[in-house]
Amino acid sequence: MKIAVLSGKGGAGKTLTAVNLAAAAGQAVYIDCDVEEPNGRLFLKPQDVSATEVTTALPEFDPEKCTGCRTCVDFCRFHALVYIKDKPKVFAEVCHSCGGCSLVCPDQAVTEREKVIGRVETGHHGETRVVTGILNLGEASGVPVIQEALKEAEGQNVPVLIDCPPGSACPVVESISDADFCILVAEPTAFGFHNFCMVHELAALLGKPCGVVINKWEGLYEPLEEYCKEKKLPILLRIPYEERIAEIVSSGKILVEEVPEYRKIFQELLKKTGGGQA
Amino acid sequence: MRVILPVDEEKDVICVTFGRAPYFAVHDTETGTTEIKNNPASQVQGGAGLKAAQFVLDCQAEALITPRCGTNSAEVLQAADVKIYKSEGMGVSQNIEAFKEGKLSVLTHFHGGYQGIR
Repeated sequence: MKIAVLSGKGGAGKTLTAVNLAAAAGQAVYIDCDVEEPNGRLFLKPQDVSATEVTTALPEFDPEKCTGCRTCVDFCRFHALVYIKDKPKVFAEVCHSCGGCSLVCPDQAVTEREKVIGRVETGHHGETRVVTGILNLGEASGVPVIQEALKEAEGQNVPVLIDCPPGSACPVVESISDADFCILVAEPTAFGFHNFCMVHELAALLGKPCGVVINKWEGLYEPLEEYCKEKKLPILLRIPYEERIAEIVSSGKILVEEVPEYRKIFQELLKKTGGGQA
Repeated sequence: MRVILPVDEEKDVICVTFGRAPYFAVHDTETGTTEIKNNPASQVQGGAGLKAAQFVLDCQAEALITPRCGTNSAEVLQAADVKIYKSEGMGVSQNIEAFKEGKLSVLTHFHGGYQGIR
């Protein structure tokens, strides 16, 4: 069972929700796909960490073999290749590593070089396996790191919690593509609601069953409540806007490990998503 | 020599962006003629700056006059020895005249990309 936790807005409570679900489940896999700023590890403090590098392919052109025919440049639909002084040149941050240029080259002048763009760290927090995708600074796309991190979700018979990046763009699509259920974390503000609608639209488009967690709850925020009612979105949990919670989170602690009642609350939440264990 | 400028829908007005300008004006200083060409990069999903820079090279222009230009485009143009000048005001013919009189300054500030990255 793969459960993705997402929210359009940053700081809505994705990591809070995903980390606490994993800790409440105990035997679980937590995968941080927010590779630009993975911070689940700040709470789960994984032990026995090992790392694997993530690479992408970048074309290189053999000046001996390249005749300057320009086939590769004209083929590249991402416009990552330019033709300067009768030779192709690649712009690494625009390249999508599709390998097309090496396929179309009539002179086998293109080889692909592996370039390190980040890493995946694995460790554990008690019985919870902790997987962290980390994109190197300055890299344009985290998608390959997310794909590599999500391989750790394969063949698991324990709940897998996928902590998604914020927004509703390619990295989020990648993160939820294999999810069985999406928890949409909403902040009950105008801004939070706007971005919440965007991620819901995305998850609905991908045909994912969804449920809502409202974080920093201080009372009914009508537009959000009405939207959920209209779209038949179940509100699974309301996490109150409380100083006690803020204190625990800001000191890097895990709510369910500090407040026993929350362990029950998050176990209940897990059950509602279909990820609870028998 | 040929000099190229990004132009707007009103083809005598310089476009504020380079890569996504709808048209380019290509001026030949020998014949004194100006030709308007569609910018093949104006509607592409990504890499517009690179594709537009490629178009400049394919037009065999030796100079570009533009209000702004991104770092990727600039890298391509500089590698191909295309000079980049900063436009003054919005008139196309005025800028061509200023260029011929050597009154335009070289563009030295290039911005990071706006989009085109997946």
